[in-house]
Parts: sequence; C-alpha cells; structure tokens
Amino acid sequence: MAGKINLEIDAVLEKYPEPEESLIAVLQGVQDIYGYISKDAVEYITEKTNIPSSRIMGVASFYAGFRLKPVGKYRIMVCMGTACHVNGSERIGDTVKRQLGIEAGDVTEDGLFSWEEVACLGCCSISPAMMINDTAYGMLTQEKVIEIIDSIKKGEGK
Amino acid sequence: MRFLLGYGSCGIASGANSVLEGLSECFFGTEFTVEKVGCNGLCFAEPIVEVICDDGESVLYGRLNKQSAVKLAESAKTGKLMQENRLSDDELRFLQGQKRIVLSGCGKVDPESLDSYIENGGYKALERALSMGSDKIIEEIKISGLRGRGGAGFPTHIKWQAAKNSQSDEKYIVCNADEGDPGAFMDRAVLEGDPHRVLEGMMISGIAIGAHMGVIYVRAEYPLAVKRLKKAIGELREKGLLGDNILNSGFSFDFNIMMGAGAFVCGEETALLASLSGNRGMPVTKPPFPAQKGFRKQPTNINNVETFANVSWIIENGGEAFASMGTEGSKGTKVFALAGRVKRGGLVEVPMGLTINDIVFGICGGIKDDAKVKAVQMGGPSGGCIPENMLDTVIDYENIARTGAIMGSGGMIVMDEKTCMVDMAKFFMDFTSKESCGKCVPCRIGTTRMLEILERIANGKGEESDIDTLVELGESIKTGALCGLGNSAPNPVLTTIKYFRNEYEAHIKEKCCPAKKCTALIRYSIVKDLCKGCSLCSRKCPVEAISGQIKSPYEIDAEKCVRCGQCIATCRFNAIKIISGEAKE
Ligand SMILES: Cc1cc2nc3c(=O)[nH]c(=O)nc-3n(C[C@H](O)[C@H](O)[C@H](O)COP(=O)(O)O)c2cc1C
Ligand code: FES
Repeated sequence: MAGKINLEIDAVLEKYPEPEESLIAVLQGVQDIYGYISKDAVEYITEKTNIPSSRIMGVASFYAGFRLKPVGKYRIMVCMGTACHVNGSERIGDTVKRQLGIEAGDVTEDGLFSWEEVACLGCCSISPAMMINDTAYGMLTQEKVIEIIDSIKKGEGK
Repeated sequence: MRFLLGYGSCGIASGANSVLEGLSECFFGTEFTVEKVGCNGLCFAEPIVEVICDDGESVLYGRLNKQSAVKLAESAKTGKLMQENRLSDDELRFLQGQKRIVLSGCGKVDPESLDSYIENGGYKALERALSMGSDKIIEEIKISGLRGRGGAGFPTHIKWQAAKNSQSDEKYIVCNADEGDPGAFMDRAVLEGDPHRVLEGMMISGIAIGAHMGVIYVRAEYPLAVKRLKKAIGELREKGLLGDNILNSGFSFDFNIMMGAGAFVCGEETALLASLSGNRGMPVTKPPFPAQKGFRKQPTNINNVETFANVSWIIENGGEAFASMGTEGSKGTKVFALAGRVKRGGLVEVPMGLTINDIVFGICGGIKDDAKVKAVQMGGPSGGCIPENMLDTVIDYENIARTGAIMGSGGMIVMDEKTCMVDMAKFFMDFTSKESCGKCVPCRIGTTRMLEILERIANGKGEESDIDTLVELGESIKTGALCGLGNSAPNPVLTTIKYFRNEYEAHIKEKCCPAKKCTALIRYSIVKDLCKGCSLCSRKCPVEAISGQIKSPYEIDAEKCVRCGQCIATCRFNAIKIISGEAKE
C-alpha cells in the first residue's frame, strides 16, 4: 500500500518542478487522490522535497480547503454564505446533520457520507444551495434534502 | 433556428442536463442542435433556453424540465414555437435597462469555443492593442475612467502606469478570481460564461505594463470556471495566440492557473501573492506595492476579473464611450449579483448612476412574496446594510461609501422583514472572525470579542452597555487592523447599529427578536382555535416535539422543539405561530 501511495504522490510532484512555490497545488493534487492530506503523505512529501513538515502542515491547516481527515464517498457541502443564510441555510444544515446523524466534518460509519459547511458556492441566485461532490443543488427545502440523501442511499443499496 | 441552453453552474444545478437530454433526443436526426452557453443572468428562471429564430427574433423559455424541453423541441420541428414556459413581459423587464459590456458574451458565446468568441468580435481589441502600444493603451484606460471592480475602486490606469514604470525584464499580470464575498457570483459567471474576455483583458494589460505571464488565482469552489479557463488557454495555445511572438507582433505571453484553497483573506492582494508562492495567505503592509514588488518579487499588476473583462470593450470602443456612462467619479457599468429575498435573483449589469431601487424593484421585480423590503446589503463582510429609506441612493463608489456600506464586488443581498439585523451582524462577524488570518491582534481578538457580544445579545443575555461597546470596539479595529479585512470587518455591525438600533434594543431590553429569527428568543405555539387536530405537523416534526389527540388541538413541547419551521410549512390551517418577547406582550 505504502509503495502505491508513494508512486501516486511522485506523479503529482513530477508536475511541479518547484514544489516549494507550488506547495498548494501539490497538496491539492494529493487531496484529489486520497480525499484528504494524511500524515504519511506529509512525511513523504518532506522526504522527497526537503520542505519541512512543519511548513507543509502550516499551509495545510491555514486553508479551509484542506482536510486533515478522510471524507465520505459523498461529500456534502452545505452553503452558509450570505444569500443562503438569508434564505434559511441553517435549517438545511440541521436537516443534513439529522439525516446523516453526524456532526459537520465527520464521516458516517459506512464511509458513505461526510458533510461540511462552506462559505459560498456561487449559486446564490438559487439559494439555499449545497454541493455533493461536484454537483450543485439549489432552491433547497428540508424535504428536498431528505429526498436527495435518500435517493443516494437507495442507489447504494442502503 | 438556434437553441442556446444556459449551462453555467446555476443552470446545471437547476436541471439543465435534463433539458439538454430532452432537446437532444428530439433533435436527433434533424438540422437542429443545442448550443451550450454560459449563464445569461436570468438565474431566477433557470433552466433557460433562448431560441433565436431565423429572422433574428429571440424567444426566452424558462423553468424548463425534460418534458417541457421535449415539447419545445417538438414545437420547433413544426415551425411554430410553443407558448408555454415563455418568460412573461414582466419578467423580461429584467433585461431592459441593462447595459451589457462585461456580460455581453455571457449566454451568447460558447465558453468552450475560441471560434465562437472570435465570431462575436473577440481578440480584435488585442490586435488593436498590439498596434497601439503601451502608452496609448494606458491613456485610453485613463480616459475611460475605469476603476477596479474588486472592491476598493482604485483607478486602473494608475496601477498600470506604476507597474509599467517599474524596471524589470520579468513582470506579471495577476487576475484576482478569488471572489470571496459570500453572496457575490458575477466573477464566476464571467469566467464560466465568457472566459476569453478575461484572458484578452489580461493580455492587453500585459502589453501595457510589459509583462509576459498572466496568473489567474481562482477559487477552488468554482470547478467549472477552472475547467473552462484551462480549455480556453489550451485553445489559444493551439491557435498560436499564446506563446512567443503572438501574431508576429514581437509580444509574447502565456497563462498559468492557480486554484485557491478556501481562505477569504487571500482575496486581499498581498495575501494572494503569499498564497501564489505556496505560503499561508497572510497580508503584509504596503508599500512596497505589488506594482513594485509582487509575484516572485517582481513588478506585478493585480486586477479583478470584472476589471479585466471591461478592457477589451474600452480598447475597441474607446475610453470616451466608456466614460460617457455613469456618474462624475464612477464611469462605465457595474455588474451586480442579486440574491436573498429578491423576486428575480441573477446578474444585472447597469450603467453606474442608477439607484438601488431601480435595480431591486425596476429590474428585479421587488421582494419575494411581495413582502416589504427592509434593507439591502452591499459589500459583503466588508460592507453594510443600507436601510429601506435610503434605497434611492445613486450608485457610485462615493455615494455607497457615504452610507457606511461599500460598493464591494457588487453583491446585493436583499432582506425583508423576516431578516433579523442582529442575526445578520452576527453572521458576518462569525465569518470574519473565522477568516481572520490571525496575524494582527486588533482583527484576531477584536472580531472574536465582537462576535461574543453579538451572540450574547442574540441569546437574550445582552446588556444595555453592549451597543456602545460594539461601536467602540468596531472603531478601534477599523483603525488598528493591518489589512483591509480587519479595517472593514466591523462595517456590518456598525451600519446595522446605525440604522437598526431599535432592533438591538429590542433584543437587549425586551428579549424580543422582532424578525422572529433568533432561536433563543422565539417559541413556536399552536393556536388552539385554529388547530383542527389533523396530526400532520406532529408527523413532520423531526424531533417529536408535537403531540396530541387526533381531532383535538395539538401542543408543542418548547424544550424539545428545535425551531426548524417544518410544522409551519406543513400546517394547512395557519395554526402555528412564532412568539417572541413574551415579557412585553
Ligand atoms: C479581505 C479582502 C478580500 C478581498 N477579496 C477580493 C476578492 O475576492 N476579489 C477581488 O477581486 N478583490 C478582492 N479584494 C481586493 C483586492 O485586495 C484588490 O484590491 C483587487 O484585487 C484589486 O483589483 P481591482 O483594482 O481590479 O479592483 C479583497 C480585499 C480585501 C481586503
Ligand atoms: S451564498 Fe450560498 S451559494 Fe452563494
């Protein structure tokens, strides 16, 4: 397993001849593969590039876009931006939380779902909005959220 | 006949793919095809198809789904376009009164096709700029009066001149596509809908200052924009419009894209530069300005997406034409992103100098459910709430600043009577305190203290001195903070106190939330005389807080109730009320 991880990270590093300047892009590449930045990945990058792990962790922890914990197969991002807030996004977040039975930032036991609050998806005109992986959903109501989650569960045979 | 399908993020989220399916299936084997275009700004009616008839007439269809798309396609095949789903004349007022420069290609050109952009007149300005040379370009931008659209409204030509004056063989153009104001989405729409317009503007700026590399810093939350930018850059390279010696002019240029990683402060230019270099996005004091020492410590010109998107139009039509629109100090047009409690949310591009009312009521049709407008928020976390009686304010940089808000990037969040101003202030303060980079004390500690006070007030534990403390703290953060984030963070609080002090006082003195929003100060209650005992609410309640006997009035357990509003939404007899400030009543 470790060998495979290293190969995949090597492929990311190869794209960036100046990993120090491109550290954010490197971490994004790693996160795209594994869904989060693991300790092992940080150590391996340090080994290959000599960038201190403290600097890597400093960057990874500064940006909300980096996750230091695994995510679910379906990653639900509930928008908490201004337009969504005015149109009741808190209730959308509460509904997701209730349906999944987990707090923001956590993963369901079966690994299927995780959810988090994000700032704005740029879909403000159809707020409240959320995104599941790369697909955006707008004009949400509590019922619509329940439907969407249920249909994913069904598709997964749950 | 041409069929243009709105295929931006908002269109796709509203079901553009099913519409595409419906149309494509019916068009199979016919001469008709579907063209995918960006968002045309009529987001409220997504998914949208614009049919352009052979005689040039345009018919707009909205709120389509697969079935209605099939019907539309069938009707087109018979040569008689259907009447259903057409946008009404009233809705079409949305487009009247707009003057589109930045958005002129959005919804018209295929964002994934360089040919389409060129057919619509694209890259002519680049050719002209190559023959004009640096000084003439900057002169034209100066005549136009263009000011930065990223928020501060700094005159664009001064920045370009400064970067030009800096001596170096290596200079950079950076496009700020971080669009951090939660609630603004015009940059996204332009990048998704007409990416070449932004690239062309950046290249012209490159000629002006003598740069050979353009970097676009775009939010990671905009995957579609990133994809289309990459495609656009790839096509430019293929066609020889990028690289060395473009069009045999001796001018060389290339692009790079970098995705942000979710930090609001990185919209601030020095933080953005830090982030571009792979560091934590922490601002530094200026000078040196980026025009002297920016990306890779070289002279750099940073502009916002919309600023760049204006450039090709100015070069083609002349600075005078641009300056003929707008007010004394603010020229040209501005794109506004309308959202919140507004009836027709979407993108509006108008000449500077209209009033906020013109936009909210004239173009966007007023408030949802015909409710009463309470305020319009401009400038996001750095801006403020402009109250109803000031919505006749004429829009330009200075006028908006006089209200205590700022023009900002152009997000307009419309609020009605159900919006609590204390809650909004708390919302923004929560945002800025989380987004504060932590480098300077006034911002890091100050915003946290302000948030704590606001939370206390919203929870009914506020004290009378709290309002004055907020104002004092706010003023000192404004002057003491290192960068624009902290300098402007107190604005949402200060403006709501200035215009809606009575709401703060109601929370503090009467423990009442007049908008019935703050959960700690409200209680749901069933009106016995109206309840028919149908049990619907009790079945809908997610926390089993409602109980009773069928056919007799139900009751809500205030302890269990999470104030989610499901019961109100389901009750057919209007029997559930929200109560706040019982002490007073
Ligand atoms: C906290 C903060 C956030 C900002 N966010 C953005 C942003 O998201 N997009 C943007 O273009 N400018 C943003 N700015 C303004 C930039 O610092 C800078 O003024 C702008 O990119 C300059 O471009 P312009 O002259 O074309 O407006 C922000 C400024 C501050 C202080
Ligand atoms: S505020 Fe939610 S999508 Fe913009």
